This record gives sequence, structure tokens and C-alpha cells, in this order.
Amino acid sequence: MTSSNSNTSSRWATDHLLSWFLWGTAMMAGTIALLIMVFLVLEALPALQHIGLVRFFTDSSWHPAEGLYNLAPMLWGTLFAMAGSVLIATPLGILSAIFCHYYAPPALAGPYRRLIELLAGIPSVVYGFWGLVVLVPLIGEVHPPGPSLLAGILILTIMILPTIALMADASLAHVPQHYLRGAAALGLPRWAMIRRVVFPAAKSGLFTGVILETGRAIGETMAILMVCGNVVQTPSSLFDPVRTLTANIALEMAYALGDHRAALFVSGLVLMAMIVALIVSAEWISRGRIYD
Amino acid sequence: MTPLEPITVSHLHHPAGDRFGRCERQPFVEVDQLSLHYRGKPAFQDVTLSINKGCITALVGPSGCGKTSFLTCLNRLTDLIAGCRVSGRITIETLDVLAPGLDVIQLRRRIGMIFQKPNPFPLSIRKNLEFPLREHGVRDRRQIAQTIEATLRDVGLWEEVKDRLDSPALALSGGQQQRLCIARSLALAPEVLLMDEPCSALDPLSSGVVEDLIVSLRGRYTILIVTHNLAQARRIADDAAFFWVQNGVGRLIEAGIAKQIFEEPHDPLTAAYVSGMRG
Amino acid sequence: MIETPNQSWNLREWLAFASVWGAAVLVTVTFCWLLGDIIWHGLSHISWTFLTAPPENAGRRGGIGPILVSTGLILGVCLAVSLPLGVGTAVLLAEFTSDTNLFGRLTRRSLDVLAGVPSIVFGLFGNAFFCKTLGLGFSILSGGLTLACMVLPILIRSTEEGFRAVPDNYRLSAAALGLSRTATLVHLLLPAAVPGLLVGLVLGVGRAIAETAALIFTSGYVDRMPESLLDSGRALSIHIFDLSMNVSGGDANAYASALVLVIMLLIINGTASWLATHSLHRKIVTV
Ligand SMILES: Nc1ncnc2c1ncn2[C@@H]1O[C@H](COP(=O)(O)OP(=O)(O)OP(=O)(O)O)[C@@H](O)[C@H]1O
Ligand SMILES: [Mg+2]
Repeated sequence: MTSSNSNTSSRWATDHLLSWFLWGTAMMAGTIALLIMVFLVLEALPALQHIGLVRFFTDSSWHPAEGLYNLAPMLWGTLFAMAGSVLIATPLGILSAIFCHYYAPPALAGPYRRLIELLAGIPSVVYGFWGLVVLVPLIGEVHPPGPSLLAGILILTIMILPTIALMADASLAHVPQHYLRGAAALGLPRWAMIRRVVFPAAKSGLFTGVILETGRAIGETMAILMVCGNVVQTPSSLFDPVRTLTANIALEMAYALGDHRAALFVSGLVLMAMIVALIVSAEWISRGRIYD
Repeated sequence: MTPLEPITVSHLHHPAGDRFGRCERQPFVEVDQLSLHYRGKPAFQDVTLSINKGCITALVGPSGCGKTSFLTCLNRLTDLIAGCRVSGRITIETLDVLAPGLDVIQLRRRIGMIFQKPNPFPLSIRKNLEFPLREHGVRDRRQIAQTIEATLRDVGLWEEVKDRLDSPALALSGGQQQRLCIARSLALAPEVLLMDEPCSALDPLSSGVVEDLIVSLRGRYTILIVTHNLAQARRIADDAAFFWVQNGVGRLIEAGIAKQIFEEPHDPLTAAYVSGMRG
Repeated sequence: MIETPNQSWNLREWLAFASVWGAAVLVTVTFCWLLGDIIWHGLSHISWTFLTAPPENAGRRGGIGPILVSTGLILGVCLAVSLPLGVGTAVLLAEFTSDTNLFGRLTRRSLDVLAGVPSIVFGLFGNAFFCKTLGLGFSILSGGLTLACMVLPILIRSTEEGFRAVPDNYRLSAAALGLSRTATLVHLLLPAAVPGLLVGLVLGVGRAIAETAALIFTSGYVDRMPESLLDSGRALSIHIFDLSMNVSGGDANAYASALVLVIMLLIINGTASWLATHSLHRKIVTV
């Protein structure tokens, strides 16, 4: 919209005051993300200078007290937990949404959707607590010790499932009704219709859902910290305890000083890089949609 | 800019005697070489038109020829549209409407606008009239109450709503809503009224009531009315202007006294249009 | 009828049917298990004394009184800062900039990034900026400010949607009446945008109350009754975390605290969805 011209009337003055206020608030809100990046970089800088980026991946282990800063095991922890949970949660979440739209009797669809919404609102610390007192002992019976990558994957799955389920639900709701009527008129049975008509039409929404849940899986801290055992090691089986990047920060930040603290900010930067990569790929996908 | 006269009841409320005011044919609004572009694409070009004081001028023409766009230039609503550029000259008496430093708030107070779809605010009937008055600096409660009554009488709504002034305006019928919108404009004592198809969203009965109302405003306000209803234009207009689309751009084809435009148009396009043929 | 394709279709249809229902049942069972477990173990411990008494013996005994107070204060700081910032930004984005405006686009993009920032990174940032650089230390103020940054994108997005839901003809007719933008905003747009704002507010509160990771090293662990905003204060979620991880024998009180937290969130979620449907209803009526 055009900006207002200079004017004498006092009501224009109020308008100007208001617009200055609004610009001020927006400026502040808009710079927070930038500020976060700046502070992460500033705090991480000593470590990047003293230790160098390469040593974060080549040091023999993570022993900050001895000057060893290998982040790789934690990076693997994060990636494994993320991959496992996304692999389970995506089909479950999409099936959930399909259930709501095409399989559930109407009396069930509403309550089921409410339930997913509730699931989305439960705090991660509650999930973590439940995992700790219920899930971990169960896994411990099957294959000690219990706190493990598997426990982390399962808890993360439950946590990110509502994200993908709700996104899928929203994008299924946007599939034009006449597509469905067309498919029904062709005599396609339910699943064939979903596979041939609904999925292609809802594709980009489903992709966005996957991206969002992946972001949540990468960033989740408390739940995974409570059930994963937090041993710094590259896991060789599902039952090995692991430590993720986020858990590492939460565990050590309280007492970290100097290069150690800076190294934790480096892992924060790594997390941010992953998130930005996700956002960019989401953008890329939604752009690509125009052409297909 | 001439200083605003204070809003007084006498200004608004006329005795029933001169219900049908007269049109003096004195130029009041002068439009010179006016063109309008939306994001570089012309909507209409080179419109030169003079609008007479106290007269009802009907703007007619096919859909998309720029009638609405033309109206919005006069009260500078075009300022609100991103990418909209207006060039040319508009003067109301001595006021240069398109001057960059103009106080558009005062301008819009002098020029009321009625839209195709009745659009009262989602407030009570009273608040719909009172809140614009207050915003324009009328604080005196008695004066506000008098103005509300006078304008509602003017649009013939007073008897219908006087007992429920505090009920929501959106609960009124379409025709009542449109008359309320007209009252809302009249309350600010404008000199010019822009009406963009004010009857087309109404049923024939309400449409007739609003049409009579417009006729009763003749002489007191300079009225520009866009209408697709040629019979209506013939019934109420003193002057008429005919717009047409040429090569995707709106043009003013012919303007003058309504009787002449409708009965013996000079331009064959006008002749075809007013006789209901396709150009 | 053709034989073969029909049979393979049937098999596929059956498999799909089974897995869709299977997924739904699995999700429902897990959810009921989780909620049932927490209600089952937590309900017997909740009492008025539990809600008001201070924790004793590192939280193994006693209640959560000061912790609820700290949680409330952190939330208060968060809202006091994020509401004006959020509403102001939403108004600017929805009403004062066009969709193509560069500043608007940059701000939106930056808010998208902000919405994706993991909470632990907010914690790092809060610790570095509010605690260290601004010198607020481990305090309720630092925690609340950190949370304010976190809920801002949620608040802005739904408030902006509230404004966009207001029909354009209100703006046009207000302008045609010569009303100033401030008057239009205050008298017409703001009231009409309130439902969207409320939904955003409730969602933001939900997110803030559930948050743990961003608070561990901004508002701290101290479980005493806070005396000022510059005192450290322990939020409810941190209390649950601490009891279950660091205090052996704290499970009973952890269950009860978790139940309190879940109940708060259920109330908040219920309010949000009620508001959403309610405001939808209002929209239909006014148009
Ligand atoms: N905001 C806008 N942005 C871009 N183009 C516009 C805009 N408003 C109108 N136009 C275009 O300008 C031309 C004139 O439109 P306008 O609404 O003035 O026509 P009109 O004569 O009022 O038509 P109708 O009789 O249907 O109301 C049309 O081609 C229209 O598509
Ligand atoms: Mg029009």
C-alpha cells in the first residue's frame, strides 16, 4: 500500500505514530531469528578458532575435560533417532489421517481427530517421563539395559506422529471433492481411489508434513534425553544407549565453561544448519509443485 | 482546501416541500485527461468529463469498462490499491484532488461513496452513524443524536428503526442496510455522492425505495451513479456518460444531457448500447 | 465381471483396510495407555495441599506451590512481551504492507525460521543473550523472555489470519468515509480479529507451558518461592524432569505434577478448539 503523505491533520499524526509503533514491533520480531544466529555464532566462535571445524569430526572421542571434541557419535545419535521415528511415524500418521477421512464412521472421525490434537498438545517432558517409567523398563526386560536408541525412536515416534497426522489431515481435506466423485463414478474401490487420486492431489501437503515432523524429531530434547541412556557412542544396535546433540547440550550446558561451552554452541549451530536445510528443501518442494 | 462547515441539522434536513431539488447545470467536478493503470495495465484512458453541481450523473457502459475505477479516483480510494497509478487532473471547485500532499481524509469527508453490496459495519445501527461522526470531530452528544435522526429521516429509515437503534445493523434487510449506508455517508455532510450500482444487490421493491431516495437527494448533493439498469438511468439521471472498452482499455465515448444520450446519441456505439443491441 | 484384477484389488483393499484400522487402533491404544497411566498414578496424589505446599526433600514430599507460582510468572512475562510484539507485527504484516513488500516478505521468512528453531537452541540463545549479555542471570525474566521469542511466530501467524479473515469491504467503506487508519484499526479491524488473536494466544500459552528445554538454563532450577522476577524459578515441566531424572523416589510426585500439567494443557487445548469453532461460527453470521 502507498505510504501516507505528510500532512497537517492530527489524525494523520496518530496514524504516523501507530505506523512507527508497528514498524518497531515488526522490526524486533523480524530480527530475533537473526539475533539467534548471531549469538550462536558469537558464542561458538572461540571453539571454531581454537579447535577448528574438522576436529569436531576427527577427534578420538567427546571428552571436553581432556580437550577432545568429537561430535560425530552424537550426530549419529540424532540422525538414527530421527530416521527411525520418521520412518515409523510417517506411514502411521498418514494412515491415521486416511482413517479420519475415508474409513472411520462419522461418529468416530471427530473424536479421533480430537484425540490426535490432544496428543499434539502433550508436553515432551510428559512423554519422556512416561517413556522412562513405562517403556524403558519394558525394553529392559527384553534386552537390557533398557534406555536405548529404540526407546528414543519409539518416544519420538509418538511425539511427532500428531504433527504428520494433522498436516496430512489438513491436506486431505483440501483434495477437491469432484476428484473423489470422479473416481467413485469410475467404480474405483476405496484404497485404489486413495492411491490414484488422493495421494497425488495431496502430495505437497504430505511432503510438508514430513518436513515438519523431521524438524521436530531433530530438535526434540527432553523426551529423548530421558529415555536414551545418554552414553556417548555410535550405536551398533537398536538396544544401545545413545546421546543426541540436543541431549548433549541439555546435559552439559549447566557446568560447561570456555571451549567446552563454545563447543556446545557449535552443536547448536549444527542443529540450526539442519533445520535451515529442511526449510530450504521444503521451499524447494513447494516451488517444484508449480511445475508438476 | 475550503474549511469544513460544521455539520448542522438544517443543512441535512429539508422540509418535504423541496423533496425534488433542481439541477442547475453548473460544473462542479472537472475531470481532465484522466487515466488509470493497474500495475502498468491501463483500465481506462483520457477521460475528460465535467460533472454538474446538484445533478445526478449516470455512468453507463459494459462490465469492465472502468466505471468503478473511475469513481474510486474521485475520492482517492485508489491510494489503497497497490500498483494503482492515476494520471490527469481532477478538480472539485478549486481543490486539486490528485495533489500529492492533499488531506485525503478531508477529501473523503466531502465525497461520500456507496458500494454495490450494502456494507454496514458489524456494529449497532446507532454506532454505524455515530462512530464516523466522532472520528470527524463531532463530540456533542445532542448534535450527534440530532444528526442521526435527521439522516435516518432523510433516507426514510427513521420510522422503521427508531425503536431498535442499538440492534445490530447486519440484522436489517438488504434494502435497509443500503439506506443505512447512504445515511452514514450523508451524516458527514458530503457535497458529492459516488454510488456504485447501489441498487443491483437489492430486490426490485427495495431497489425502488433506494431509487426514490436518490431522486430526493437531487439538488442537495452532486451525485454520480453507476448503473447497469438503463431504464433506471433514464428515470433518474440529469446527465449521462457512456463508457466503452476499446482494445481492452476503457474510454469515455459520449457524455452530456441524459435525455440526449438516451434518445438521440451522436455516437453509433452509444446508440447501439442504449437501444439494447450489441456494439 | 473380470476375474483376475478384481481378486488382486480385493487383496489390496483388504490390506489397506486392515492397516488403516490397525494404525488408528494402535494410536488410540498408545494414547489411552499414556494418559491412563498418568491419571492412574497421579490422581491419588493431587490434593489442595499438594497444589499449595512447598516441595520438601528435593521434591520427594510436599507439593508444588512455589513451582506453580514460578510457572505463572514465567508465563506472565512471556505474554507481557510477546502479545504487544506479536499483535503489532501481525497488524503491520496484514494491514500495512502489501504481499509483495520486501520488508514484509523478509519478516515472514524470518518468522518461519524462528518457528522451526529447536527449543534447546532457544535455550542456548536465552542463556547467551538474556542471562549473560543483558546480565539478567538465571531468572524468571530470562526464562519468560526466551519463551516470548519462542511463541512469537505462533501468535503472529494466527493473529494475522484473524486480520485476513476480516472482509475487505470494511476497509474500503471505512476509507470512503474518511476514517483514519488508526480509527479503522481500533474500531473495526481489531474487534473482528479478536477470535484469531485468542486462538493464537491460547496456542502460545500451551506451547510455553509445555516447554522445558528452553528453560533449563534460562530460568533455572531453584524451587523456592520466587520473590522477584530476577529470582530463579522452577517451571512445572522442569520439576517433572528433575524429579524423574535426578531424584530417586520422586516418581509419585512426578506423576502428580505431570497430571497437573496435562490437565492444564487439556483445558488450554479445549479452549483453543472451542474458540476456533466459535469464531468460525461468528464469521458466518457476520458475512
Ligand atoms: N484492483 C484491481 N487490480 C487490477 N485490475 C483491476 C482492479 N480493479 C479493476 N481492475 C480491472 O480494471 C478494469 C476495470 O474494472 P472496473 O471494476 O472499474 O470495471 P466496471 O466498469 O466497474 O465493471 P462492472 O460494471 O463489472 O462493475 C477491469 O478490466 C478490471 O479487471
Ligand atoms: Mg464496477
